[in-house]
Amino acid sequence: MTASPILQVDGLVKHFPIKGGLFGKRQVVRAVDGVTFDVAAGETLGIVGESGCGKSTTARLLVQLIEPDTGQITFNGKLLGRDLSLRELRRHVQMVFQDSYASLNPRLTMEDAIAFGPQVHGVPEGKARQLARDLLDRVGLDPQRFAGRYPHELSGGQRQRVNIARALAFEPEVIVLDEAVSALDKSVEAQVLNLLVDLRQERKLTYVFISHDLNVVRFISDRVMVMYLGEVAEIGPVEDIYERPGHPYTQALLAAMPSMDPDQRTEKVPLSGDPPNPINPPSGCRFHTRCAHAFARCGQVAPPPIELNPGHRAACHLLREEPKAA
Amino acid sequence: MSKPPLVEVEDLTVRFKGARDVYAVNGVSFTLDEGEVLTILGESGSGKSVTLKTLLRLLPENRTDIGGKVRVGGEDVLAMQGRKLADHRGGTVSMIFQDPMLALDPVYTIGEQIAEAVIRHEKVSSKAAMARALEMLERVRIPSAARRLKAYPHEMSGGMRQRAMIALALACKPKLLLADEPTTALDATVQIQILLLLRELQQEFGMSVIFVTHDIGVAVEVSDRIAVMYAGAFVETGTTREIIREAKHPYTHGLLAANLVGAKPGQRLDAIPGAPPALETRPTSCAFAPRCKHAMDICRAKLPPIRRWHDRRWVSCVLAAEEHASA
Amino acid sequence: MAATAEQLQALARIEKSPGYWQTVGRRLMRDPVAVGAGIIILILLSLAIFAPWIAPHDPYHGRMLGRLSPIGTPGHPLGTDELGRDMLSRLIYGGRLSLFMGITPVFIAFFVGSAIGVAAGYIGGTFNSIVMRTLDVLFAFPSVLLAIALSGALGAGIVNGLIALTVVFIPPIARIAESVTTSVRKLEYVEAARASGANAFTVVRVHVLGNVLGPIFVYATSLISVSMILAAGLSFLGLGVRPPEPEWGLMLNTLRNAIYVQPWLAALPGVMIFLTSISFNLLSDGLRSAMDIKT
Ligand SMILES: Nc1ncnc2c1ncn2[C@@H]1O[C@H](COP(=O)(O)OP(=O)(O)OP(=O)(O)O)[C@@H](O)[C@H]1O
Ligand SMILES: Nc1ncnc2c1ncn2[C@@H]1O[C@H](COP(=O)(O)OP(=O)(O)OP(=O)(O)O)[C@@H](O)[C@H]1O
Ligand code: SF4
Ligand SMILES: [Mg+2]
Ligand SMILES: [Mg+2]
Repeated sequence: MTASPILQVDGLVKHFPIKGGLFGKRQVVRAVDGVTFDVAAGETLGIVGESGCGKSTTARLLVQLIEPDTGQITFNGKLLGRDLSLRELRRHVQMVFQDSYASLNPRLTMEDAIAFGPQVHGVPEGKARQLARDLLDRVGLDPQRFAGRYPHELSGGQRQRVNIARALAFEPEVIVLDEAVSALDKSVEAQVLNLLVDLRQERKLTYVFISHDLNVVRFISDRVMVMYLGEVAEIGPVEDIYERPGHPYTQALLAAMPSMDPDQRTEKVPLSGDPPNPINPPSGCRFHTRCAHAFARCGQVAPPPIELNPGHRAACHLLREEPKAA
Repeated sequence: MSKPPLVEVEDLTVRFKGARDVYAVNGVSFTLDEGEVLTILGESGSGKSVTLKTLLRLLPENRTDIGGKVRVGGEDVLAMQGRKLADHRGGTVSMIFQDPMLALDPVYTIGEQIAEAVIRHEKVSSKAAMARALEMLERVRIPSAARRLKAYPHEMSGGMRQRAMIALALACKPKLLLADEPTTALDATVQIQILLLLRELQQEFGMSVIFVTHDIGVAVEVSDRIAVMYAGAFVETGTTREIIREAKHPYTHGLLAANLVGAKPGQRLDAIPGAPPALETRPTSCAFAPRCKHAMDICRAKLPPIRRWHDRRWVSCVLAAEEHASA
Repeated sequence: MAATAEQLQALARIEKSPGYWQTVGRRLMRDPVAVGAGIIILILLSLAIFAPWIAPHDPYHGRMLGRLSPIGTPGHPLGTDELGRDMLSRLIYGGRLSLFMGITPVFIAFFVGSAIGVAAGYIGGTFNSIVMRTLDVLFAFPSVLLAIALSGALGAGIVNGLIALTVVFIPPIARIAESVTTSVRKLEYVEAARASGANAFTVVRVHVLGNVLGPIFVYATSLISVSMILAAGLSFLGLGVRPPEPEWGLMLNTLRNAIYVQPWLAALPGVMIFLTSISFNLLSDGLRSAMDIKT
């Protein structure tokens, strides 16, 4: 993998203020707390982690639906806000959401929904409509039958195809997919995954693929980023992460996957308790309250990311103790 | 085979009447022994929840047509009335749900709710009932159980709430536990905790469980046997091993492929095309035929024959029957 | 890009689904209560519009000799009022002002309130807080008191009455508009539209308005009955319409002395007010359920 990064994310932070109790002091949800990563052109970066760890917030920051408190986003070497306007970024980086129904305006036909974006960017109406129909055809929906329909007349899988078509209408280079297949039935999910695989090849797309389903992430990703309470616990090539996970959290997450083998069912609970609250994250290593290997330093000092292999980093004190390739 | 099975369901059909009829369950038959765990595996709308609810008679009576036989512990469930039905629900059989907020009452503490259920079914003193509640919370491994006894549902995390619901369901030592996707809304790390807990409790209590899920991995973790459901009917049943290793029905194959069993990263999947049927009429041919890559004329003409190895291992598919005939 | 004949043909072959409002209309038509209420409102509206052609007598001209004749008097099927004017004619003419006073303030408040509410909901933040807290202050007064106070301050008369009622209805409509807009704004299709690079105005026009005006409209129709009753109340107190104009509220007032003499006669304007407001409420209920199209 030598391709230059198409997307560079540096030190993203997003805290949401929340109302405290009557006498409570002002509190914040540390949804994303210093996240740094690159995405190479043409690759798929999977993002995994428990609920509330900041995956969706990261996604929304990437397409600038919300503004980061601090941190920088660089697209194709151009720094957002300095060399690149928001409008420009949005043409290149598109997003597909989890809820296929809420993602579509109930008052617009499928054709109108897809043609809206290009029209915003100055494509004349007739041409935008033609494009919309071509895209419907490309995602496997017969334009004759579907162009004039409304969202409630489509199944979940069909709606998600429309959402993908709408993202494609911008001819984007990057598509951020936030749990885009999670709500679908397994058999339909497989169809949509196939579509994503085909489109990636055909249009040289770069995906940021968020999912809580580790099987799906392994299937589609080239690299994987594991998040825990707003931070990056580990990032690296997919096989490194799945075969040689460095961070105890990644190990636990993988061990929590249901086994597909009736003769090797899971016998031990890999991780006890629920994920802690991002309002008051634990000190030091945020994982130390649940980590089986935690020792004194873990509760005091936040571990820096340590390079295990080229491109494979994990933030854990254990890894410093024993140098790599022992 | 000395003891009769705990659950016997024979040719169960459920139809919802309304502006549009829905043929939700179309001829489901199975038996379940004491201490056995059966998983009903199927996609959204296949009729899993409806099948479970029939066992508890939870469906709206005036809008449903239920046919066939349902027996639990030798008693005819469809004929139960009054006191008997009340003892059946929550006594012999209890149920846990995907959303514990549906099963737990927000205005009572966890302890009060469990104690109330115990008193209702066993007529013990409230002190004894509270003691049982505490014991149950300990058995579902809720940390500092004595304190949690006085907690309200909304004060607990998702995983804790699920444990509390399980404690409530098991408080009266049911013979049969019905579990309707109890882990679907949970994180994988919490899901595995609950699955292992259910497995342990099932052994401890020696109860039978019918577990409903759309996730093959979950089914493998908890079940002895699996029944694959499609369009309101079982299409294949067998032990967990048989379903995972020697699946015969094209739909089961498709499901396994969709769960990325043996998938090559980044390569196209062998996906089932199309979507499940709408069930506005009762299927008169193989309901899977429109999506099946092996479908033949005969599949579209009549209901597929059943190839039966024995009582608990069968497939409803033309292919398997033909293979049998030619062998 | 010139469209080829083939493309044009393809265009013609696109299946068109019934639009949202068409579906709502069809569902509304299947609701007998809403249809009944709609028919009554249509009849009342046509009576008001065509009053000069329909009313048998001059509503202003009375005969002192024939005062308070009972219902069923020959020539005056609904009797005559305290000045001997034909009741039927006055009721028909009265619909003009009553409906006008009922609908117009709500209509104006619908536009003003929606504009305020949608802007506050979409922009959010501090702007939202300032606008909504200001409206809350107005809304804190009971609407009856507010209407009386305002028209008392402005002085009696139709225009002042209209202004007072409009001001009364802006806060509740703006509130509904704000809450609907806030919830729609969080939906992913609005986010997706924002992610397309469209400016706020376009997003609101294409994606927000279509989805919020419906619910606001339903709420507004339910206010028409309140408006009619308030308008009648103002007239009753001598603050709105002034005699000898026929208006149901005012008629109720002037006939109140006759209540012991001709109770049925005296109740007639009240019956009209009741009938109209309940019809608007039933229509609004029907519209609400017809618009609730599920997946
Ligand atoms: N607009 C907001 N205001 C306040 N808190 C928020 C907001 N959006 C997200 N959060 C909080 O930030 C944290 C991270 O949320 P986020 O949606 O990014 O998690 P996630 O990893 O996508 O989780 P999930 O798997 O459940 O989708 C959560 O605790 C969430 O409650
Ligand atoms: N009370 C009801 N009235 C009418 N139709 C119903 C009712 N309950 C269920 N159905 C219909 O019966 C069919 C089977 O529903 P069921 O809830 O059993 O599916 P399921 O397999 O549990 O799916 P899921 O995985 O989505 O829970 C569906 O088509 C559903 O729409
Ligand atoms: S019976 Fe025919 S259509 Fe049905 S699953 Fe078997 S081969 Fe496919
Ligand atoms: Mg999320
Ligand atoms: Mg269900």
